[in-house]
Amino acid sequence: MTYTPHKPPIAESPEQLRARIPGWGVDLDPADRPSVPKLKFQEDLTGAHWEFPERQPETYPRERSVEHGMLTPVFGTAQPLSGVSGAIRRYAYRYSEGRTAHWLLLILGDRVDAWENHLKSFLTLHPDNPITETGVKAEFTRHGLKSRLGQNRADLKHQPLDPVIVAGPWVAAAGVVYAGVRGVTRSLAHAGADGHRPVH
Amino acid sequence: MRAMVYRGPYKVRMEEKERPAIEHPNDAIVRVQLAAICGSDLHLYHGMMPDTRIGHTFGHEFIGVVDEVGSSVRNVAVGDRVMVPFNIFCGTCWYCARGLYSNCHNVNPNATAVGGIYGYSHTTGGYDGGQSEFVRVPFADVGPSKIPDWMSDEDAVLLTDMTATGYFGAQLGDIVEGDVVVVFGAGPVGLIAAKSAWLMGAGRVIVIDHLEHRLEKARTFAHAETYNFTEYGDIVLEMKKATDWLGADVAIDCVGAEADGNFLQHVTSAKLKLQGGSPVALNWAIDSVRKGATISVMGAYGPLFSAVKFGDAMNKGLTIRTNQCPVKRQWPRLFEHVRNGYLKPSELVTHRVPLEHIAEGYHMFSAKLDGCIKPLVVPTAA
Repeated sequence: MTYTPHKPPIAESPEQLRARIPGWGVDLDPADRPSVPKLKFQEDLTGAHWEFPERQPETYPRERSVEHGMLTPVFGTAQPLSGVSGAIRRYAYRYSEGRTAHWLLLILGDRVDAWENHLKSFLTLHPDNPITETGVKAEFTRHGLKSRLGQNRADLKHQPLDPVIVAGPWVAAAGVVYAGVRGVTRSLAHAGADGHRPVH
Repeated sequence: MRAMVYRGPYKVRMEEKERPAIEHPNDAIVRVQLAAICGSDLHLYHGMMPDTRIGHTFGHEFIGVVDEVGSSVRNVAVGDRVMVPFNIFCGTCWYCARGLYSNCHNVNPNATAVGGIYGYSHTTGGYDGGQSEFVRVPFADVGPSKIPDWMSDEDAVLLTDMTATGYFGAQLGDIVEGDVVVVFGAGPVGLIAAKSAWLMGAGRVIVIDHLEHRLEKARTFAHAETYNFTEYGDIVLEMKKATDWLGADVAIDCVGAEADGNFLQHVTSAKLKLQGGSPVALNWAIDSVRKGATISVMGAYGPLFSAVKFGDAMNKGLTIRTNQCPVKRQWPRLFEHVRNGYLKPSELVTHRVPLEHIAEGYHMFSAKLDGCIKPLVVPTAA
């Protein structure tokens, strides 16, 4: 009982648990648990044959956290910084990881990066396609309705926000383009009308 | 080569990319045979992880064949079939020397708060991942292991993160015989954590989620009692009732940044990106355990702050234990458990997604369609 020294009893004995659950208790001894203790010197160094590894060549100025004393000897080169998003991200790396500005600037860089690349994609033979890239086809091939109807799923409360998040910026961009084109067209029409106005 | 690429929040596609090259003498290039989508990939997919760049290839769970090695590689050779831990690690920095491979200090210039991870943004080092035909594997002498002949490909790929992380999560719970263990989240990691809790001698294992197909798996795969939190007004109170008002001895958070159960918490984190993660499950864990209990956090959270009920944690004298899993450290013991049939990770696979259908695969997993628990990715054309 909670209000006395005794722990509430467990319904099944160790023997019953061992019989019901394959492997019950095989790691009962902490010595059999590989991460106990969490910090434990690894004599074999897992196969490394260096104390400090060779350095990977830095073929372009690699951004790094100011909390590092040096560029790490190995690093990823998957998507080097570029464009406006690259400038934002490089600026973000002036702040330590302890500063909110660091992370918020990186998130801003992510959003700018997305739009830079969406726009660039329209100049290629493989433009972004929000229909295919969202995989929304799975709604029809993977039982979208059946997976939700009659299910008491907590995530159904916010799932309607997803299409807004995905399509909203596209709709807004289309609206801006439409307004721009309409404005230019009207200006040209006005200019044309002015050009034909009789001179007195 | 063909690879999955990120095109912005909720958008991915398959593209032709340059095959990766050897960039360091201890690199290997691995031709991927099988990969997986992890629940934590969804944080990237939803645009929650800062510095996730357009064109990035996700995938930190993969196995394959060594296709090329750098000049200093000794321990693997071209043609070897290898499983690659999700951690990229050097083996000799202060952290690696003490077994914290997930905290390696020599592989991630972008951040000191997290180690190197394949295909997990530039915040974890800027390495492309394994949802592709080829992948660069740094420190090939340290990370990869040859796949034992007796092990299936599906078990092998699921040992590179999911299984190791669930098993590690149970270890961080410091479970003693007869403990009541509550696992939040019946996703793949939660199911493995629940099963692992039994191996460590738990007396009761309770799993909490809101998806019935996953709770069913928790009952059959992990032999656990289950609670669907949507059926209760207050799951914390329910846990107190279920434990004779004491609370659980151990809780394991296997949900992380996109936890459901509180609309405001979810929307401010997963949708508006104003928090590093929605700490609903973590807060429930804090309030569901007894005083002096241990909470193990395996769910991934972003680097921004989260609205955690730290006052309750402090006042209850809780021990909160965390880390990304140092995968390779788990393998020798986990291999025994798989071989003995105590853990069968491949039983959690529900879908196999060809790379050309990667967008549908992500949508299905994200929207929790079709009873999806664990989707694998098949990178090579049929």
